[in-house]
Amino acid sequence: MRKLIDSAKDSASTQVVHTSVKHESAARQVQGSAKYIDDLVEPHGTLYAAVGTSQCAAGIIETMDLSAVRASEGVVDVITIDDVPGHKDIGPVFEGDPLLANGEIKFYGQPYFAVLATSVHLARKAALKGTIKVIPTAGVFTTEEAHKHERFVRPTHKFGQGDADTQLATAPLSCKGHLSIGGQEHMYLEGQVSLAIPDEDGRMKVYTSSQHPSEVQKLVAEVLNIKLHHVMVDMRRMGGGFGGKETQAAQWACLASLLASRNQCAVKCRLPRSTDMHVTGKRHPFDNSFEVGFNENGKIVATKVDINGNCGHSPDLSDAIVDRAMFHADNGYFLGASYIVGHRLQTNMVSHTAYRGFGGPQGMIMAEAMMDAMARKLEVDPLTVRKQNLYGPETGTTTPYGMEVEHNLLPEMIAKLEKDADYWARRNAITDFNRNSPVIKKGLALTPVKFGISFTAKHLNQAGALVHIYTDGSIQVNHGGTEMGQGLHTKIAQIAANEFGVSMDMIEVTATRTDKVPNTSPTAASSGTDLNGKAVQNACITLKQRLAQCFATELGMPEQAEKVQFTAGNLVLGEHQKAFSDLVQAAYFDRVSLSANGFYKTPKLHYNRETGDGRPFFYFSYGVSVSEVSVDTLSGEYCVDKVDILHDVGNSLNPAIDIGQIEGAFIQGMGWLTTEELVWNNDGRLTSENMATYKIPAIGDTPKHFDVKLFGRENAEDSIYHSKAVGEPPFMLAISVWCALKDAISSISGYTQDPQLDTPATPERVLNAVMQLQQATHSQSVQNAQQETQ
Amino acid sequence: MIRFLINQQLVELDDTRADLTLLQFLREHRKLTGTKEGCAAGDCGACTVVIAEPTPQFDGLHYRTVNSCITLMSAVHGKQLIAVEHLTQGNTLHPVQQALIDFHGSQCGFCTPGFIMSMFALYHQEGTPNRDDVLHALSGNLCRCTGYRPIIDAALSVCGNTPDDAFSRNTPSTLSSLKQLAGTPLLGTSNLLVPDTRAALAHAIALHPDALLVAGSTDLSLMFTQQLKDVSTLISLAGVKSLNGCTANEHSITFGATTPLSDLTQPLLAHFPQLAELITRFASLPIRNQATLGGNVANASPIGDMPPVLLALNAVLHIDNGTQTRAVPVDAFFTGYRQTALEKGEWLSAIEVPYLTQNELVAAYKISKRMEDDISAVCAVFNVTLNNGKVEGVSTGFGGVAAIPASCEALNSALKGKQWASSECLNIGKQILSEAFAPIDDVRASAEYRKTVLANLWHRFWLEHQNTSQAGSHSSNKIETRVVQHA
Repeated sequence: MRKLIDSAKDSASTQVVHTSVKHESAARQVQGSAKYIDDLVEPHGTLYAAVGTSQCAAGIIETMDLSAVRASEGVVDVITIDDVPGHKDIGPVFEGDPLLANGEIKFYGQPYFAVLATSVHLARKAALKGTIKVIPTAGVFTTEEAHKHERFVRPTHKFGQGDADTQLATAPLSCKGHLSIGGQEHMYLEGQVSLAIPDEDGRMKVYTSSQHPSEVQKLVAEVLNIKLHHVMVDMRRMGGGFGGKETQAAQWACLASLLASRNQCAVKCRLPRSTDMHVTGKRHPFDNSFEVGFNENGKIVATKVDINGNCGHSPDLSDAIVDRAMFHADNGYFLGASYIVGHRLQTNMVSHTAYRGFGGPQGMIMAEAMMDAMARKLEVDPLTVRKQNLYGPETGTTTPYGMEVEHNLLPEMIAKLEKDADYWARRNAITDFNRNSPVIKKGLALTPVKFGISFTAKHLNQAGALVHIYTDGSIQVNHGGTEMGQGLHTKIAQIAANEFGVSMDMIEVTATRTDKVPNTSPTAASSGTDLNGKAVQNACITLKQRLAQCFATELGMPEQAEKVQFTAGNLVLGEHQKAFSDLVQAAYFDRVSLSANGFYKTPKLHYNRETGDGRPFFYFSYGVSVSEVSVDTLSGEYCVDKVDILHDVGNSLNPAIDIGQIEGAFIQGMGWLTTEELVWNNDGRLTSENMATYKIPAIGDTPKHFDVKLFGRENAEDSIYHSKAVGEPPFMLAISVWCALKDAISSISGYTQDPQLDTPATPERVLNAVMQLQQATHSQSVQNAQQETQ
Repeated sequence: MIRFLINQQLVELDDTRADLTLLQFLREHRKLTGTKEGCAAGDCGACTVVIAEPTPQFDGLHYRTVNSCITLMSAVHGKQLIAVEHLTQGNTLHPVQQALIDFHGSQCGFCTPGFIMSMFALYHQEGTPNRDDVLHALSGNLCRCTGYRPIIDAALSVCGNTPDDAFSRNTPSTLSSLKQLAGTPLLGTSNLLVPDTRAALAHAIALHPDALLVAGSTDLSLMFTQQLKDVSTLISLAGVKSLNGCTANEHSITFGATTPLSDLTQPLLAHFPQLAELITRFASLPIRNQATLGGNVANASPIGDMPPVLLALNAVLHIDNGTQTRAVPVDAFFTGYRQTALEKGEWLSAIEVPYLTQNELVAAYKISKRMEDDISAVCAVFNVTLNNGKVEGVSTGFGGVAAIPASCEALNSALKGKQWASSECLNIGKQILSEAFAPIDDVRASAEYRKTVLANLWHRFWLEHQNTSQAGSHSSNKIETRVVQHA
């Protein structure tokens, strides 16, 4: 550059972290100008891909007839697995996920060919015309069947402390329980979509709605049999991810890239909603059981939990997901002598995958099921039992996997919410109400959440960032995290603005690109801000050191560089001050590099999976919620009337965004446990295959009283500005809804019995639980009457 | 030719596929990509747009939301189509846009344009909406990120003020543009016929006996967007004005078959306030803005919500073939799964509902997994006529229990003459209803649940209508039977 533009003066800088800065895309989102993949201007000659899917769940492919597909109007190309030049398997960790069916059909709806045509409509029409002859094999769909046939996607894993069997045998009291836990469709509003654009001489550019651009890059390279540096993946924003685009966005990017490479044209692959629901994995359904021994005071002495994840046909991420279910079977409670075993069952279903909480919710609900079961047996309020068994000096502080629980906030948080939400007065009012209300029954429950933060695969706990300062003083930030609505880019921009002491409009966080920051981890495990925020901060610190040195030298005080402060758009050293943008220009002329990368890896992590012992988590995030429900015992319909939440996000980077995450996660968790029912028919075909038959919470499901407060205690660990991760933990606050429903039903038995209520607790399941308790209570009173007459 | 305004600009479409949706038109033809496709089935509302049309007197504009993914182009003829891109004036955001930002109401942002359009339509509605009004107005929009709380708060904060935006200021000029369009009839395109009289409709059907009739298109469109079927010819009923509207006499109220459900809500509820809950739970507002009563009946789906109502209220269906009309009691209309008494060349022209007498007790119940915008697992409508405390007659209508919308004559004969307050009425009714039908297991509910709930809904009905001297007034110490109180 020969001449620089005028530097932008920035005097309006105020406090930007720990404030409710608006989502960086909000203005564009409300105007419809925020671009998602399908909104991008298409390159000239773009063609459209669709997939043909199997109409059976299991079997060996005998023949495929795709002649009608090829002959269909507008069709340009048709591919099968045989057309893949490189790797045919795109499994993220372990093999098992062929790009297209490879010799056998493993689940109903498995794609076995892809077709390219001149319009979306023509491609999708052609995709219906494939025929396939399959020699059927017996499909396995449940964890029970899979156990019987010893079908596992990964080996069983177990850990524990002490001798659970002996302690259980001698415990004064004990109870057992089993829970069938439904899966969950992600239902990101933007379905799976990728746009691949061939670049010169075999190179490929891919725009994809993915939480893991680096993995898409790697898989596209492997499928095309080219090196990673020839693939560039760009990801500006997703219309929702929730885990559904962590591994399972790759297939569509790979297919688009393969077709783009073969036909040397841009290819878009966007799944129609129903196909999306058939071909992509969901939250794992689980079938779990527990056995807990305790004393008359309600204190646990021993626990065994048997965890069975229905993984679908391939490993995908199931190993880590079942591990995380096991890691959370204690929730916030000391389980005494413990033995936790986790099975990874293989079934002829779509390969179930990551979903907010990553197995944690399916493990944690077992801990809450135990608390309810114990409380009913002891005939005390479940909250009393919960409080008695929290980790602490009175109980114990070591988890079943050998990690010490430090800085436990739950006792204090529960005490606060119990008081603020007026738990005991409401408990009495509800007990009275139920006594006088034969049809409508109310329920109340307070449940806590303790959620471990870090990827349990240690190597993923790293992040990179790239920060550029331009000569007008404006700053561009890139990092490895992806924006799916959670506000990551907003928080990142706040961090960068805070570091440089400039206002938010000086910061631009760009699309996530594999050519800017390489070898990134997925945006998952709630870790986006923790990891990338620190990496960005580190890049900023590097640049600040250079700028400070430049400024101090200019002032003739080079040894004072460390004392330079970046504040309110200025660099300040003693009484000297210079506008940030002026200093940037000076630095440029002084030949100082204005670009830096940053790196971060989470400290303190060590976990030995062989011995089931160590510290898999950097820290825990906590939360507490109280839910109140009304249940109609004639129809099973119910309403969540009131919800109060107290949640721990450490020192919040952005309270509005954090509260948004908590509210959204809670409602999503409530959907998982209530109306969101995945239904497969006997052939293994998903019949809840669209939004008309699969019901996520609608606006009317938002509780009328919905109060969310942040606990506001800073993270004791050295996380970014001592904040805490927020994406997943509040999802599990919704377990209080499930417990409140059970509480309402339990009132039928005078709170002496714990109803069997598998999830999702649809009105039908609630009514069944009501009727079971009515019958049990009725036969009990008949028995009592008979005894009295004898 | 289809002529309409897109925002303020006149558009004339000469030869358009009959199955082209508003969403495809906006995104693919106009490259207006602010409107999103989330499901292409009218279930998520990411594609919500607003259609403004003049009031009958041309003294104002009526703004309604529709799901552009299942609305055909013919629906905007003579109207103003408004999409999310049209709301911002220069650099100034529309008040509803600003409110949603201020309340942190967008996260991933994909559903946001749809919410904005629903808020925009509510913004232009008269009166100050309360929380329930907001829920109803936004009932067709799904959000997977926020949990809705900030969206509700944003809508409450901004709607209810006197509209002050470019649209309210431009109303006179919009009206005058639309007035010019009003003079030009919607003309057919290559595979869309738009007859404008009964005779012309009969003629069109005679020429194209296999052509489908289309009114609201909320169900028909799924044939194109979900099943990807080709359509040879569609006959739009929009041109036959006599099919639309509502007339009342001293005995009954009659609805033209193509009257959208949202238009008939007010006159219907004026006479049948007991239907309020069912109507608000009938699909979502954008669907009700398009879907017609005649479509819900003639479609003959066993899970439609209006046929059970009409069965219980002893409605009469008027059937036309262009030269003569005939009246068919609704219980003779449904002849088999998706089969009706309509003969070739006939169409449903009107639905007549007789008023209730003071002695009739009526309730309409819907059971579904989700309260809002869900299809009934079971729909039950009861109508009991009392005479001096004794049952004189019971007419009923049920959805989700058989291959057709059904009623239960056995209930009528078993209860006739019985004392309403007696537990006999409760128990016999439960017994009969638990055995009256052989419903199926499906994705919504099991057969067993449907049977149990049907009997229990009778229990609810009986409880809710005890100690009432006349229909509608409840005693003070009644047993609570509902978890949600609908307006």
